[in-house]
Amino acid sequence: MPEDSAASAPGRSGVRPERTVDGVRAKESRWARLFEGGLLQGGVQGSPVLRLLMRWVRRPLLPVMRLWRRNIQLKIVATTLLMSLGVVLLLGFVVIGQVRNGLLDAKVKASQSQATGGFTVAGQRADSAASGGGDDSSAATGGSNGDGDTVQNISGWLSDLVESLSSGGQGAFDVVTLSTTAADNEGRGFGPRASGGVDWSLSVPESLRERVDAGTGAVQSYTRIVYTKGKSEPQPGLIIGRQVNDPNGNPYQLYYLFPLTQEEKSLSLVKGTLATAGLFVVVLLGAIAWLVVRQVVTPVRMAAGIAERLSAGRLQERMKVTGEDDIARLGEAFNKMAQNLQLKIQQLEDLSRMQRRFVSDVSHELRTPLTTVRMAADVIHDARVDFDPVTARSAELLADQLDRFETLLADLLEISRFDAGAAALEAEPIDLREVVRRVVSGAEPLAERKGTRIRVVGDQQPVVAEADARRVERVLRNLVVNAVEHGEGRDVLVKLAAAGGAVAVAVRDYGVGLKPGEATRVFSRFWRADPARARTTGGTGLGLSIALEDARLHGGWLQAWGEPGGGSQFRLTLPRTADEPLRGSPIPLEPADSRRHRGRKDAERREGGTGAQAAADGRNGSGFAPGTGASNVSSVPLQPTSGDRGPLPPRTPRLASESPAADPTAFPGSGARVVPRPSGGVRRVDGPAGAGGAGAPGTQGGRDGAAGAAGAEGTAGAESAAGAAGAASTAGTASTGSAASTAGAVSASSAAGRTRQGPSEGGSGPGEAIGGG
Amino acid sequence: MMAYMKGRVLVVDDDTALAEMLGIVLRGEGFEPSFVADGDKALAAFRETKPDLVLLDLMLPGRDGIEVCRLIRAESGVPIVMLTAKSDTVDVVVGLESGADDYIVKPFKPKELVARIRARLRRSEEPAPEQLAIGDLVIDVAGHSVKREGQSIALTPLEFDLLVALARKPWQVFTREVLLEQVWGYRHAADTRLVNVHVQRLRSKVEKDPEKPEIVVTVRGVGYKAGPS
Repeated sequence: MPEDSAASAPGRSGVRPERTVDGVRAKESRWARLFEGGLLQGGVQGSPVLRLLMRWVRRPLLPVMRLWRRNIQLKIVATTLLMSLGVVLLLGFVVIGQVRNGLLDAKVKASQSQATGGFTVAGQRADSAASGGGDDSSAATGGSNGDGDTVQNISGWLSDLVESLSSGGQGAFDVVTLSTTAADNEGRGFGPRASGGVDWSLSVPESLRERVDAGTGAVQSYTRIVYTKGKSEPQPGLIIGRQVNDPNGNPYQLYYLFPLTQEEKSLSLVKGTLATAGLFVVVLLGAIAWLVVRQVVTPVRMAAGIAERLSAGRLQERMKVTGEDDIARLGEAFNKMAQNLQLKIQQLEDLSRMQRRFVSDVSHELRTPLTTVRMAADVIHDARVDFDPVTARSAELLADQLDRFETLLADLLEISRFDAGAAALEAEPIDLREVVRRVVSGAEPLAERKGTRIRVVGDQQPVVAEADARRVERVLRNLVVNAVEHGEGRDVLVKLAAAGGAVAVAVRDYGVGLKPGEATRVFSRFWRADPARARTTGGTGLGLSIALEDARLHGGWLQAWGEPGGGSQFRLTLPRTADEPLRGSPIPLEPADSRRHRGRKDAERREGGTGAQAAADGRNGSGFAPGTGASNVSSVPLQPTSGDRGPLPPRTPRLASESPAADPTAFPGSGARVVPRPSGGVRRVDGPAGAGGAGAPGTQGGRDGAAGAAGAEGTAGAESAAGAAGAASTAGTASTGSAASTAGAVSASSAAGRTRQGPSEGGSGPGEAIGGG
Repeated sequence: MMAYMKGRVLVVDDDTALAEMLGIVLRGEGFEPSFVADGDKALAAFRETKPDLVLLDLMLPGRDGIEVCRLIRAESGVPIVMLTAKSDTVDVVVGLESGADDYIVKPFKPKELVARIRARLRRSEEPAPEQLAIGDLVIDVAGHSVKREGQSIALTPLEFDLLVALARKPWQVFTREVLLEQVWGYRHAADTRLVNVHVQRLRSKVEKDPEKPEIVVTVRGVGYKAGPS
């Protein structure tokens, strides 16, 4: 066993891990575990044949074990059976023992008196023979051969004695005479005599003979009485012996043998009766236990079933309650709980319905007068040429603000619809390129006013997903309009990609970007990046909140990334088919031309050799080394995302052929201005200070100064000094760490690694951008 | 071709201010509006005025707009445009299914309303004589009739337009947006639910088995096309 248990340790951990996790098994005894873990697993670990055999043996046992674990009724009945069996056995032994003792006691007493009587008779006969027998014998023999006569006489006398003594017994006992062991009296006629065909040598134990020799009193013992003539089977018996003197005064041994046949018969009868009774008791107890447990278990099972149905939504399910016992109380309590539950759910549903109803009513009540006002304002507005300038301007303001009011009302109602859970998804397969085209063409007028070009990349192949076109269009319109609005006249890039089970649209701008922590806050209601900032297009502040809700409704993600002065990227990821959980996005959240990535690239270019290692680091680190505070990415709160798990392999092999060494400065009108490269030195005056890219050591001092002056946050300076924009983390919850190390190449995040794989795997990096442009 | 589509418009709305405003705008555009504020009286007013188009508010005292829409549709194919304050899918779809050709969500701009009314009335222009076949249907465009094996099928003007648009180019798959533009006359995509609902209504009339459409076939992910004839 020690070997087995020693071997069981690896066996348990290695062979069947799925069984060890099973919580129910914790209840099983240590023995069972030792047996299974040790004998069945550990002991046979090395041999596949044995293991196979064991598996084969265990397989039929598994359902039984499972039944045992799951069925409390079986457990209780089995336990009851075992325990009652034990009790019955114990009782049986006690009873049988007592009966036997009683029987034997009586027998022994009777036997003792019988034997005492016999011994007395033997003594008397010896005495009488001694007084008158001498004459008899001498007269009888008449010879001088005294010895021979005596022997013959004694011998005959003994035979007579045995016969006469045993004749009183008639099978109830037998008599044996033996010579004392001390003297060799064989020759003097003390040969053994036995009545009833008893084999004296086997029936009289040697130890008893010695004890008889030793004392003068009666000695008794239990023995087996063996018969010589095959008269019957050997029988248990009681033997009582005593040393008695013959007529000559010589001692001999006289034994009474009492067979215990009758007692044994009685005892076996009692045993049989007890066994039968015990069996009945055990079986009956088992049956009783089964019945009793059934009484308890049936309602419990019913409760379990009804609880399951309740949780499945059938709130009107109730238990049947009969009587007033504990089970009935359980049922009542259960029903009360179910009723309260139903009531609460009903109330909540009613509330929700009321809320929806309220929203609907408010919407109607507000909208009808608003329509009148709107129409009146438009009529006035159209006629404003006839008014004096003040009234005309007022008419314009009235019309403009009515527009704004309308949008705000519409957004508010939309949001409250989401809050009430009344938003419904009408998903059907749509080509996102169509949506993007519509959105872009819709945003063109605004873009023209801003001097922005909107470019679309990744639209060579269909990007189809099951989605609600209306909602997706609303989301994208929002993102594109925002990007144009905050893009400061620089280009806006709309990227499309599909991979795995997901499609994504990312909108990249090179405008003011986002400050640390803002990537999550942009989705808050009525949040504004800069309250003082003049709004030109008059958003309601609810656009991104609604967009986020729309994305959620699709089971998708809407995430933001941005760095101060480096622009931002908003990415919408949707599952390709509705209800499919998202595992990743085809487009990395942090764009390839982010400051950090560019810093890395430059550092690589300088350090050459370390680049490969950095790429590897970035790749398996998935990384997301602690990011800087400056560039900042985070997943949107409450979204069921575990962050960006890395881009899925893109589906468009075309991208693989894009130029790998894309120079971000080649971006038409964007790269060079936004993220100036150290060598280029093309820095706009109003460009973000601290966007130093991979500053060569020599230039760092100056850059630091600039960063310190412009960038209020220390991190900005650190970032600039590091030369590599910090890694940003999208892993899990919003986490923006700090500290990009000075060695930009080594501190590469996985995002950077990905970008560098770009050429071969077609990352959506600068290469793609150029291809699209 | 007339420069302006003149026509009688019946405005069914209980909000007097809005009704009056509508009247001002409609008159300004050259329409002849008439008004009724109660759902119960709407049908009588409809029979009396014989309008070319009905502007119908969904929320009315008495009979509600859905019911009125159903009653009017039961006896006439005249274009019905719903005014609704609810843009929720259910409300819109219920309205369209009850027979409305189009809907416009409050608050709307006067120009938008007029554009939609015009779009609904434009189809009464004289069509060129034309015979089309789609599936086992024969369409007489000028005669505005659809026949299957000599039996004519009653369609509303909008459904007829939808069928004709599909039948004219049986090789082409129409996206919902294109249909919106061609049939409803919207330059900018409004709401594709309009198309979905009306395709269903059309199918329920022309298909032998609306569950397995053969005349108007769905092209998954794109739109609709005419079935092979």
